[in-house]
Amino acid sequence: MFYIMSNINIVDAPPGIEGSGFFATSMDKVIGLARSHSLWPLPFATSCCGIEFMATMGSHYDFGRFGSERLSFSPRQADLLMVMGTIAKKMSPVLKQVYLQMAEPRWVMAVGACASSGGIFDTYSVLQGIDEIIPVDVYVPGCPPRPEAILDGFGKIQELVRNESGRRRNSDQYKEMLASYGIE
Amino acid sequence: MAESINHELIQSLTERFGEKIIGVSEPYGLLTFETQKDIIVSVLEFLKTNTVADFNFLTDITAVHYPEKKHGIAVVYHLHSMVKKVRIRVKVFIDEHNPTIPTLTGLWNAANWMERETYDLFGVKFEGHPDLRRILNMDELGVHPMLKQYPLEDPNRVDKKDEYFGR
Repeated sequence: MFYIMSNINIVDAPPGIEGSGFFATSMDKVIGLARSHSLWPLPFATSCCGIEFMATMGSHYDFGRFGSERLSFSPRQADLLMVMGTIAKKMSPVLKQVYLQMAEPRWVMAVGACASSGGIFDTYSVLQGIDEIIPVDVYVPGCPPRPEAILDGFGKIQELVRNESGRRRNSDQYKEMLASYGIE
Repeated sequence: MAESINHELIQSLTERFGEKIIGVSEPYGLLTFETQKDIIVSVLEFLKTNTVADFNFLTDITAVHYPEKKHGIAVVYHLHSMVKKVRIRVKVFIDEHNPTIPTLTGLWNAANWMERETYDLFGVKFEGHPDLRRILNMDELGVHPMLKQYPLEDPNRVDKKDEYFGR
């Protein structure tokens, strides 16, 4: 038991000014640090990439190590939308509605070739990448990507979350970007 | 056994419908013939109820587009006799510019979704169908994508440059 306790990693404090009895840093850094280690993903799994995600959630790869043990199957409680699989054009309004139901701040990860670009399904019925309808933060290549790739992509999301300015979501640039997708 | 049944079938069909049964062939033992759209329902009803084989199961309804032909859309019916273990294929060629044909929903309820699919992909209008709307594609698609004048590939795809494919 003591062995296990001594093995626990604790995340480093963000850079700041330290003295006897106080530690000063910026709010953004503290919030980013906390958020990046407690992201609740919403798995939007439609095909084989979803199976890889199941492996990622399993004990061997153990996605929970990164603070994402708790998946959210309600978009209203989720921070990260993980789109894993082919999205048919008929499905796209559903995906967009799921995105709209998520509260800010929200991040999106396109896992695999289909979610990123349509993949091999270059055809009239398949959406050629989910970035035609919603903004995407991180793309994970692969067909399907191995769990290590999904974990790497998640690490990139964590990096974005950790370094995001608290004002970004209120900026004109961000609002313009959303407006370009027809989202108010 | 299948061959003798095929022979019997085509005999009773020509007895009943005469000149309107054409293009009879048996590729791989599957009896195939063409007929016309004004009698298609009675032909299939005849096959279902009055022949030796009792074609009680509607396997599929689909279509084929032949842009070079005068009657460019072939509506294809596949029937199966669960009793005699024999199958049959019936084709009807209709006008590409006015693709209408009577519905089969009065004979088999299974025809409902098959005809919706054929309408969705080929634009064949099944007259008398209770609810003829798209079944697979999104409602806003605007075209019937299996017709040959529409490209298979999505025009929004920007990364597929011809030079990568040697064309």
